[in-house]
Amino acid sequence: MKVEQISVFMENKTGRLAQITRVLGEAGVNILALSLADTADFGILRIIVSDNDKAHAALKAEGFTVGRNDVLAIDVPDRPGGLADFLEILKVNEINIEYMYAYRKSGHALLIFRFDDLDKAMEILPRANFKVLSAEELYAL
Amino acid sequence: MIWDEEFESMPRDALESLQLYRLRKTAERVYATVPFYKDAFDKAGIHPSGIGSMADLGRLPFTDKTDLRDNYPFGLFTLPLHEVVRIHASSGTTGKPTVVGYTRRDIDTWSSLMARTLACAGVRKGDVVQNAYGYGLFTGGLGFHYGAEKLGATVIPISGGNTKRQVMLMEDFASTVLTCTPSYALTLAEAMDELGVTKDRLKLRVGIFGAEPWSQNMRQQVETRLGIDAIDIYGISEIIGPGVSVECIEAKNGLHIFEDHFIPEIIDPETGESLPYGEDGELVFTTITKEAFPVIRYRTKDITRLHPEPCRCGRTHIRMDRVTGRTDDMLIIRGVNLFPSQIESLLMEIEGLEPHYQLIVDREGTMDTLEVQIEVNEDVFTDEIKGLEKLEKGVEKEIKDMLGISAKVRLVEPKTIERFEGKAKRVIDNRKI
Repeated sequence: MKVEQISVFMENKTGRLAQITRVLGEAGVNILALSLADTADFGILRIIVSDNDKAHAALKAEGFTVGRNDVLAIDVPDRPGGLADFLEILKVNEINIEYMYAYRKSGHALLIFRFDDLDKAMEILPRANFKVLSAEELYAL
Repeated sequence: MIWDEEFESMPRDALESLQLYRLRKTAERVYATVPFYKDAFDKAGIHPSGIGSMADLGRLPFTDKTDLRDNYPFGLFTLPLHEVVRIHASSGTTGKPTVVGYTRRDIDTWSSLMARTLACAGVRKGDVVQNAYGYGLFTGGLGFHYGAEKLGATVIPISGGNTKRQVMLMEDFASTVLTCTPSYALTLAEAMDELGVTKDRLKLRVGIFGAEPWSQNMRQQVETRLGIDAIDIYGISEIIGPGVSVECIEAKNGLHIFEDHFIPEIIDPETGESLPYGEDGELVFTTITKEAFPVIRYRTKDITRLHPEPCRCGRTHIRMDRVTGRTDDMLIIRGVNLFPSQIESLLMEIEGLEPHYQLIVDREGTMDTLEVQIEVNEDVFTDEIKGLEKLEKGVEKEIKDMLGISAKVRLVEPKTIERFEGKAKRVIDNRKI
């Protein structure tokens, strides 16, 4: 199951992240997972939120460039070597990771992935006994 | 064909005598009727009676757009409005428009100059002229219209826009001449492709394109796609409109300035000093036959150079190069001249990019740096860094390849580049020289 992610273009300027999170807060949007990719000049904020439409509308209203795209949220065994085993599957199946970020919640190691081929990953991972979470499952954790 | 053999092929010495006579008449006229000119002449310490040779032209005061604005709308007219039969005006995108007026005789002069212009571009009686310049306060549409009628051509006064209809009429009315901006000519070519109208179905032979700077590359593109000779024309409403200068179809090498009506000079835009033939500088015009709205040493802000060598078409009038840019926005970066419009045209070719951009010029040590800021919108945004970096690098490479300048491209958030009511200020120059 794909999960929708919101991405926001940010200049590397003091206070930008503070402003974005404030906008989301005031719109009543909760952030479940977050990652910030940066270069010298700009950054891309990627977030999984409780309400995509609300988040998108609130950020657009503030003039931000906002993207929406699908990622996969995967529940990886929360033990030493759990991630390594998972990545081995990807390697064998020649699935490339564009980017990933992780968080851990109540015994679950959760990984958000963007693959070069999401559909292929969705097909292969359940067969290898990795759980691909739906948005609802992610929120419920 | 030369429309006005006597004047267009006049020996230089006779032409200069004529210019001097007409210059003095014009100076007397403005001095006697326009307080602005009287003050300016007095301040410069010259009286019209003191104009004894063409060298005295350089002693006359300059006029510029600000002077026109300060005297808005009719303050520089030499005649009361009941002698004026037509008014034209600029779009006024940077404030009040500049307003110009024509007497009945001015309109006749202008029409004759445009007949000359069309003839110079190879247009003849019997041609069908599809005039896609805008009609209205802008001088392009009506200028061409009257000139083509005077020449005896058939005019289709279609004005700009309605692109598909333009293509249909071009085919059905068998237009032989197209007059519009060069970029619109390309739009028409695209429309032809979409409609499946090939150039061999048209009778089009010549196009006369102006009202915006364009390059030799663009000329080739227009000529190939439409199957025509593309001729460059120059004109500005402050001088008369179109009909100030035009290329001849024989040589297509420089625009003949109709010197029996307009005296051109090239000056150093910084110092105001006159520059010799062949050097790049700001084009300055003095009109010497206009009645309602003559101008003395009007600074056009257009950058070009003058060539006095005789042309094989037989005209003796001096030629100007195609206009390469404007004094008000030219940048010199590490010795290379650059106009924001050049960057703009590169950016415009990249799909999805916002038309909002800004150039930041700075100096690190002795090196000039150029940063091009571009707003990122949803069409080009991606959640992957590499996508955005590819965009940056791509634009940097384009600039390097096309303009020979290393620039740094910086993507910025939407609406962060300042918006202007009128023309945008594209350059922030932080160099302290």
